[in-house]
Amino acid sequence: MVLSEATPVGDNCMVRNEWICPEYLTSRAGLLTDAMVQHVWITVVSVVIGLVIAVPLALLARRYPKLEGVVVGTTTAIYTIPSLALFALLVPLSGLSAATVIAGLALYSLTILVRYIVEGLNGISADVIEAAQGMGYGARRLLLTVELPLALPSVMAGLRVAFVSTVALTTVGSIVSYGGLGNLLLEAVNTQFKPQVFTASVLCVLLAFVFDLLIVGTQRLMTPWARTRAV
Amino acid sequence: MLDVLGGVIDWFQNPANWQGEEGLTNRLVEHLLLTGTATLAAVLLGLPLAIWLGHIGKGGFLAVNISNIGRAIPTFAVLTMLSIGAVGTADFGPYGRAGLATLISLLLFALPPIITNAYVGLREVDRDTVEAAKGMGMKGTQLLRRVELPLAMPLIVTGVRLAVVQVWATATIAALVAGPGLGRIITLGFRRQDVSEVVAGALVVAVIALVLEALMVLMQRYLDPVARARRTARLSKRMKAPAVAAAK
Repeated sequence: MVLSEATPVGDNCMVRNEWICPEYLTSRAGLLTDAMVQHVWITVVSVVIGLVIAVPLALLARRYPKLEGVVVGTTTAIYTIPSLALFALLVPLSGLSAATVIAGLALYSLTILVRYIVEGLNGISADVIEAAQGMGYGARRLLLTVELPLALPSVMAGLRVAFVSTVALTTVGSIVSYGGLGNLLLEAVNTQFKPQVFTASVLCVLLAFVFDLLIVGTQRLMTPWARTRAV
Repeated sequence: MLDVLGGVIDWFQNPANWQGEEGLTNRLVEHLLLTGTATLAAVLLGLPLAIWLGHIGKGGFLAVNISNIGRAIPTFAVLTMLSIGAVGTADFGPYGRAGLATLISLLLFALPPIITNAYVGLREVDRDTVEAAKGMGMKGTQLLRRVELPLAMPLIVTGVRLAVVQVWATATIAALVAGPGLGRIITLGFRRQDVSEVVAGALVVAVIALVLEALMVLMQRYLDPVARARRTARLSKRMKAPAVAAAK
């Protein structure tokens, strides 16, 4: 790592090891950006993979009600496996790589998303479905133009939970050195470096809120009917 | 795959892995103590507050949103801040190294599900039932104790159940600051590149998490007054007349 020209010689908040330290923020901007970028892409890839698997699973669970209990039960069981243990268990399969963290986080997102999607689909009024069928809608058209849009608020609620908890859980990926801001936390624990712990923690929480805001915004754009009804 | 399984069985059969400060027995005790104490403290702090807020019907925004806020704050970040800050990594009685920092982080982690579920549970008690109870002359604590609390019990216990299982699973993170608990078995195996040890540690945590979940579901069923009433009704139907007479 190249120390910037602002590297301190004498007294400053990094030398004094203070929690809140603007000099840390400016002198380590590159380091922080790299960690944030890693954090964001690991989070996004994990949740997207989770969503891609969760949708067909939820549809299966709804098609075959007997499967619903199995799907929900299995996903609950996965959620009780601690993240540290899950990452460690995946290491023999995928090594010390980002894939290990992503596989684990995708599994967690999947468990959250399946529930919300099933709930959203189950919450659609039977009258609406019957009306669409009466108008001659086939199964696929019914799913794409009636059921999925109506389940959207529930799916988006699931995505909010999945994104926000995945941002927090990504930090644990530091055990295989792919934890984004978590890497900075782990490194700073060993050196007792307070400015780094505080900055990384705050950035992590900020990241979660930014994701949350983005999803809420997307939802507003995607469900215009909800807005007109509110007026 | 079979190699790993054999290795894990060997690991459990080796008495050396059970003994000493780094052994499974000690780590298990630390982990149980941490989970038990943190959850209990969260119940003692959070439940009265949430129940009272739910009873008077105020503070709903806070009670519901505390879960969303809590989710966004990584426990690992709280733990690192506490362990290099105010509380430090010194030994804390039977809780071990960095015991106090771990306890406080877990307590903070356990509060949101307990508070949100208890509050929602109390608010969702059927308003007509509450009105009927008031019409019968119940008020204040009597209404709370005899109507609202029993009916809110399933959700209150759900909150505690979520807290217990999540705290149990999350307590492993303490190992990242060289703290107490079963996570240390995992990180130790990780450092030694001993797959069997990693799998053994993860297995113990996961299996006990499932057992805790099952126990809490049982407790939930036992504490749900509606389900209990249904069970009693079924029993008395089976026994027919005498039970009805006894009820009078």
